Amino acid sequence: MFDRDKWQEIFSTIRKNKTRTILTGFSVATGIFMLIFLLGAGRGLRNGMTSVFAQDATNSMQIFGGRTTKAYKGTPEGKRIQMVNDDFLNLKKSIQKIDAISAMSYIPGAETISYKNNFGNFNVSPVHDTYKEIKNFEIIKGRFLNQNDLAEHRKVVAIQDEVKKVLFPKETALNKYININDIKFKVIGVFHQSSFDDNSREIYIPITVAQKIFNNNDHIRRISFTLNNVSVEESQNIERQITYKMAARHNFSKEDKNALWIQNNIENSQTFAGLFSAIEMFVWIIGIFTILLGVIGVFNIMMIVVKERTKEIGIRKAIGASPNSVIGLILMEAIFITAASGYVGLIAGVGLLESISQFDIIEKVYPPAAIYFIDPQVDLGIAIGATIVLVITGALAGFFPARKAAAIRPIEALRDE
Amino acid sequence: MIRLQNIHKSYITGTNKLHVLKGIDLHIKKGELVSIMGSSGSGKSTLLNILGLLDNHDEGVYELNNEEIKSMSETKAAKLRNNLLGFVFQSFNLISFKNAMENVALPLYYQKVSRKKRNKLALEYLDKMGLKEWAHHMPNELSGGQKQRVAVARAMITEPKIILADEPTGALDSKTSVEVMELLKEINKSGITVIIVTHENDIAHMTDRIINLKDGRIESIVENNKINNTESVQIPIQE
Repeated sequence: MFDRDKWQEIFSTIRKNKTRTILTGFSVATGIFMLIFLLGAGRGLRNGMTSVFAQDATNSMQIFGGRTTKAYKGTPEGKRIQMVNDDFLNLKKSIQKIDAISAMSYIPGAETISYKNNFGNFNVSPVHDTYKEIKNFEIIKGRFLNQNDLAEHRKVVAIQDEVKKVLFPKETALNKYININDIKFKVIGVFHQSSFDDNSREIYIPITVAQKIFNNNDHIRRISFTLNNVSVEESQNIERQITYKMAARHNFSKEDKNALWIQNNIENSQTFAGLFSAIEMFVWIIGIFTILLGVIGVFNIMMIVVKERTKEIGIRKAIGASPNSVIGLILMEAIFITAASGYVGLIAGVGLLESISQFDIIEKVYPPAAIYFIDPQVDLGIAIGATIVLVITGALAGFFPARKAAAIRPIEALRDE
Repeated sequence: MIRLQNIHKSYITGTNKLHVLKGIDLHIKKGELVSIMGSSGSGKSTLLNILGLLDNHDEGVYELNNEEIKSMSETKAAKLRNNLLGFVFQSFNLISFKNAMENVALPLYYQKVSRKKRNKLALEYLDKMGLKEWAHHMPNELSGGQKQRVAVARAMITEPKIILADEPTGALDSKTSVEVMELLKEINKSGITVIIVTHENDIAHMTDRIINLKDGRIESIVENNKINNTESVQIPIQE
């Protein structure tokens, strides 16, 4: 295989037919390039979408109160289910797999938030300190709410970077006081969150404070929690458990799908993963067919090569070349062309993907799309797989021409003037 | 060295069957210089191809170097050709993208001789042919006579027992023809059997024995030099 003479023979024929070889190689290179690029782009899209959707952790669930659609034990349908602090505490205690759990309440009329002369309409969400483990925040300055803030009913606030830009355009926000419904809250942290909604402007305050000074009740609007290492089936089980518990507590039918809204991100993310696997498979099919076209090109070329070299092969056989050595010669040339040009395509594809992520090309071309496209890469396994596919297809492309060459009878070849 | 008995060969072209050799009986001894003559279509090239294991015979017995040649694998035939036979062709049949030395060395490549050794040997043989300075020239930079001498060197490098030459002077002018024939005669003197296919009378007359073919049969055998050919056996040979 690593016979210098054989390689010299191969290179000398390649040199003799540069244009033809390059054009053939080009088709193979294009195939691999397309495969690598599409796979990488698909991966980038998957990463992007995952990160956008993963503003809620992919192992999280959320529960909202709904309205009953079935009459149950004397209560007519249409009853509103209002969750309260006890529901939160009960779930926290009874579901073992829960990792972090946080409730969220609601402040009526808390729209206009101001600092000095700057003001804006922001969404104020009263939550527990654990909320930061459920949402994927990136803390830029300071910290998020902590247990002491909740226990001591501190009037503190964590604001999104977008909010900071509006309220504190020219100064730092930390330790300044902002007005929420005319009550002053101290800024303890600034965070960033990615979202599909470019207009998201979030403010978080301790839920204990909100219930005490704004609501004066123990109502909560939703409960969010994350689960540790659970399968989709387990998560569905937990969903059912919760429904049963809440049905007992709030007196509604377990079969009533609308009394309680449960958003199961574990299930959703699996659906999502399925979608992307399908896209990936589609890309593979396109890529493989493109490579196949390239390989058919190599096959064609090798057929022509054998035809053109009939005489030379005849001479070789006359002076003692065995059929196997002739097969080896043609086969290796085919493998070499496919492998070398495939490698070029591989490098080009990886190079393009790398430069896209290195130089933020999407950000520059079309900024809104950038968040849906993160870190486009192909992993080593795919690169190795593609290389193996190349060598095998190269061998296949060379096999039949090689067999044809081996079958050449010297006298016929020598007659071929 | 070579013993043919009732050799038949026909080619099928479409629906036609062309009977080329119609029973050839021939015995060529070791160290002979023989020519095969005949007009085109007489079957002389076919006979040479069969002798050179480039083609199979349909019928009859062919013994080469005391070994009966029957249908054998391509690999075996290639090996025999490589070890026993050397070929010289009318159109030289040098490989165009290899220089003279590489062309000469090629048979040794198939004997798995190391590159260094076979190139050295190739240079020696080229030197014998007076072509040392031309070793690194490509075939298209050589004259016809030079090309044929390169081809002879290539045939000789494996030290074969038999040289088969198919119209070796067919593409050469008369002066170089004589040179090439002298070369072949010299090779013959070193003990190698040389068989030349030709249609030129003067070339044939430079050999010891002329085998005249006509319509696939041996028409006559002319001994040119009785003294050298006392060993030649009259045909047909009885086993």
